[in-house]
Amino acid sequence: MKALFAILARDMGLARQGWGLALGFFALFVTLMPLAVGPNLEVLRQLGPGMIWLGAALATLISLDRLYQADVEDGSVDQLLLSGMPLEVLVLGKVAAHWLTTILPLVIVAPLLGVMLNLEGQALWALAISLAVGTPALSFIGSIAAAMTAGQRRGGPLLSILVLPLFVPTLIFGAASAASSGEGLAFLGAVTLLSAAISPFASAAALRLHVS
Amino acid sequence: MFGFANPQRFMSFSGAALPWVAAVTVILLGVAAVWGLVLSPADYQQGDTVRIMYVHVPAAWMAMACYAAMAGASFVSLIWGHALADVAAKATAPLGATFTGLALVTGSLWGKPTWGAWWVWDARLTSVLVLFFLYLGYMALWSAIDDRIRAGRLAAILALVGAINLPVIKFSVDFWNTLHQGTSVLRVDGPSLDTVFLYPLLMMALGYMALYVTLLLMRMRTEIWQQQTRAAARRQAVESERPSPQTAESTNG
Repeated sequence: MKALFAILARDMGLARQGWGLALGFFALFVTLMPLAVGPNLEVLRQLGPGMIWLGAALATLISLDRLYQADVEDGSVDQLLLSGMPLEVLVLGKVAAHWLTTILPLVIVAPLLGVMLNLEGQALWALAISLAVGTPALSFIGSIAAAMTAGQRRGGPLLSILVLPLFVPTLIFGAASAASSGEGLAFLGAVTLLSAAISPFASAAALRLHVS
Repeated sequence: MFGFANPQRFMSFSGAALPWVAAVTVILLGVAAVWGLVLSPADYQQGDTVRIMYVHVPAAWMAMACYAAMAGASFVSLIWGHALADVAAKATAPLGATFTGLALVTGSLWGKPTWGAWWVWDARLTSVLVLFFLYLGYMALWSAIDDRIRAGRLAAILALVGAINLPVIKFSVDFWNTLHQGTSVLRVDGPSLDTVFLYPLLMMALGYMALYVTLLLMRMRTEIWQQQTRAAARRQAVESERPSPQTAESTNG
């Protein structure tokens, strides 16, 4: 437990410079969307929740490739492995830090962007709740693919091919519960819990392979 | 059964079996093709388009069966570390992707006259499309990593994660489709298939399965040969770098 918090604190400290990128990408994505589909407020209100969810998924994707890369390259993972700490704990700590520093800002800003897409009242709440419940799943699932590509020099494109098909359930349940004020929210929670159960083991198994 | 995990024994066994399996494949596919595409009657509603079914349905079955085989082989490779299971999983992926692609293309060809659109966002089509991308990701991971053993293990982890995810994806896509029922899609699976269609279809499915086994054996043999060639090349390189006794003497003298 202590190790978990140590990892968490370390990674949150390290993330202080990088967290704005995903947020900027997310805001830009939502800004570009009306430019592509036209400024009709009724259309935007219909597309809004889905587009914000898609933006959140893509913003998570672009933030993933540095999740383990630096630690594999500079040998931190080897050191942690030598210290006898289970890598699963490292994964949990890093995913928690990733979500808190990179994804939580998106969740906080999302209702504001929702207002700009003509969402109101209940729809904004549904959007915020669905993002809060569902985005941890994106971090957990992304962690598996990030751990697989950590040792690769050009892992970025590979990462997106690996991870986007696995995002399908999260995206569907997330966007559905955002658009329909809660329908599918229970399934979204289930996806988050399932990915939280699988991800530490799969990510750790993949990370071990990068340790020479 | 694990006796065949020995590559040497696998090579001699598969070398003997391959011509027979290939012959069975040709016969099954040939008979089923003539039966399904020529002899069997046209459907009273769909006309001759029903014949697409004989190509499409077995391809869709094999698309799923191949993923199951790949995940099973990956499991064996990850737990027991069998080199052959790795080879089998790697060899299955492109075959599964091809079957999936074939199912998608023939489904699309069938959809145009029947549904009036090349593609509809039906739950089944969508989940098969996602399956296709899972295959692509698996193959991309194999080709991105040079170290064979590491690539095999990572790909095995990916295949298993995908196998756990597949039911969830299927379920979510079904959920998504019922939610968006506005653009409704005809349900195609009629009550029960008449035997005049069913028998050629089953024969075709057996033919596809035999085809899979044939191609799998061929791909596995190729892979093992490639490994042996690489190993031999490496041995040779090492030996040629080591100074031979004569040159060592001559430099001394």
